[in-house]
Amino acid sequence: MTFFLETLIGGLLAGTMYSLVAIGFVLIYKASGVFNFAQGAMLLFAALTFVSLQEQGLPFALALLLTVVVMAIGAIVIERTVLRPLVNRSQITLFMATLGLSFVIEGLAQGLMGAQVRALDLGIEDVPLFLGEVMVSQFDLVAAATAAVLVAVLALLFNRTRIGVSLRAVADDTRAALSIGINLNRIWQIVWAVAGVVGLVAGLLWGARQGVQFSLSLVVLKALPVLIIGGFTSIGGAIAGGLIVGAAENLAEVYLGPYIGGGITPWFAYFLALVFLYIRPAGLFGERAIERV
Amino acid sequence: MTTTHLPASHDGAPLELQERRAPWPLAILLAVAFVLVPWLGDDYWLNAILIPFLVLSLAGLGLNLLTGYTGQTSVGAAGFMAVGAFASYGLLLRVPGLPLPLALAGGGAIAAAVGLVFGIPSNRIKGFYLMVTTLAAQFFLEWVFTKFPWFYNHASSGTISAPRLELFGLDLHAPAGRYLLVLGCVTLLTWVAVNLVRSQIGRNWMAIRDMDTAAAVIGIPVDGYKRLAFAVSSFYLGVAGALWAFAYLGTASAGSFDINRSFQILFIIIIGGMGSIAGNFVGAAFISLLPLLLNQIGQGLLGGNVDAGQLQNLQKIIFGVLIIWFLVKEPEGLIRLLANLGERLKAWPLRF
Repeated sequence: MTFFLETLIGGLLAGTMYSLVAIGFVLIYKASGVFNFAQGAMLLFAALTFVSLQEQGLPFALALLLTVVVMAIGAIVIERTVLRPLVNRSQITLFMATLGLSFVIEGLAQGLMGAQVRALDLGIEDVPLFLGEVMVSQFDLVAAATAAVLVAVLALLFNRTRIGVSLRAVADDTRAALSIGINLNRIWQIVWAVAGVVGLVAGLLWGARQGVQFSLSLVVLKALPVLIIGGFTSIGGAIAGGLIVGAAENLAEVYLGPYIGGGITPWFAYFLALVFLYIRPAGLFGERAIERV
Repeated sequence: MTTTHLPASHDGAPLELQERRAPWPLAILLAVAFVLVPWLGDDYWLNAILIPFLVLSLAGLGLNLLTGYTGQTSVGAAGFMAVGAFASYGLLLRVPGLPLPLALAGGGAIAAAVGLVFGIPSNRIKGFYLMVTTLAAQFFLEWVFTKFPWFYNHASSGTISAPRLELFGLDLHAPAGRYLLVLGCVTLLTWVAVNLVRSQIGRNWMAIRDMDTAAAVIGIPVDGYKRLAFAVSSFYLGVAGALWAFAYLGTASAGSFDINRSFQILFIIIIGGMGSIAGNFVGAAFISLLPLLLNQIGQGLLGGNVDAGQLQNLQKIIFGVLIIWFLVKEPEGLIRLLANLGERLKAWPLRF
């Protein structure tokens, strides 16, 4: 029983890391209808920038601030060069543009800052904690807490600020938002910048765990099943999806893996997502599409 | 989505009144490809450029049938290529005396069956959600061909290599032989595809792509045709995968069909042109020649002492920029650019 609980809790905590990546997706999808495949590349870029700045001897806070600035500039550039020329194109075109974008960002990140693995120390000690009899990784707890804080900040941003309200207006009905004078381009820049910051947070946590290197950008593939379980349009869904995927993945690897050869994590989440989708085609919390001719 | 164009040759006459004639340029092209190239081409050109180009064109064609014609975006193309490769290998290994064409077709058929299974969700799931489920196929198939040694005949390296490449007693191991094998398969399957997309099936696929609700309203059995598209596309990809493994690589493993291959094939159809048969060839040529070209330029400019890693990064950036640029400037791909150029040249030097 203790072992089961450990597996479950370990999975849930790992799931919050997935959620963090998925939230970046949801933000962009909600505001601009873009399925942003480049989120993983943005995550890599942010983490690499941060590590490189720290290697130059900058203190933690300054490096963080500078990275945020870099991500914001990146968001403006992306909006100008990719989103604006492609406005009103089909969603699949935009998705493919973000595929191209992910190549550009990955190439830039590695070209400018090197391809070797960098260690990232966030000063979190990774000693196991015991809650009763159950062993929990302290690092995972910190990561989960960070995710909670991030979501709370995002909720405040969306509900309590002028920018947040106009952002929700755009997400709700782009045309109506335009007609009452909301500057769509500005909103897109802000959303991509916020997604970049979310990517930075996720990138730092993932990077501290597995080293800052190219494989960070593949985290995006972990987040996709989370997204489709939770639905593309709901932050709550992204969190719930992350927890479900994390827990199910861990349990399946431990209890199901030995019977079918092990190493099933790469695809198990996708199968889970497929089953969920088959029952609810727009995810758990996604908006149901109404189709008309 | 893109719109379709009827063949431009009909001069306003109804389709059935047109005289069907083999276009001369195509006949010349085929003659050159079948006779002149294997005769004159050196091994480097055949091995490193023409064979991969043709196989990638075939894979692009397979994906284009599904994504460009039926509108079901898939990012699992390489997974189905792997099925074709491993299935053909298994057939050649375990069925003694099976002729090569049958082994290729059998590999394609098994890939088609697998594609049919992974196409089942398409009756309820659409758009991006469906795309993500094709990733399930990619990762699951890759895992299957790594985890179960039966598929690669318990080889300790986990790789497969062609047991024998012969046709009617002729040995096809030489580059020219493998080139002709690939070219033959590609020509035959392209001819089938051209006819397929002009038939009722192709029209139904395009109707589904343009709007599946409307297609259902006018009485097209949408679910069945979507699954058919998955099966046919997987057949093409399966044959392409077998050729990739045996005619190009020689020795392949599950890693030869990873997600990057899937993206590569997706890029071929984006750059070449979605919903176009000829576009696949243009896209594949572009994708397979660009790295070589960049290499040459890199070495020419920097005198050979250029860091391979940096060159790869630069290649990635140029690639990404080109994809975005194509999407912005010409969403219908290179083939449209070429067509526009052709139209312009017709009126040259007058502008209009």
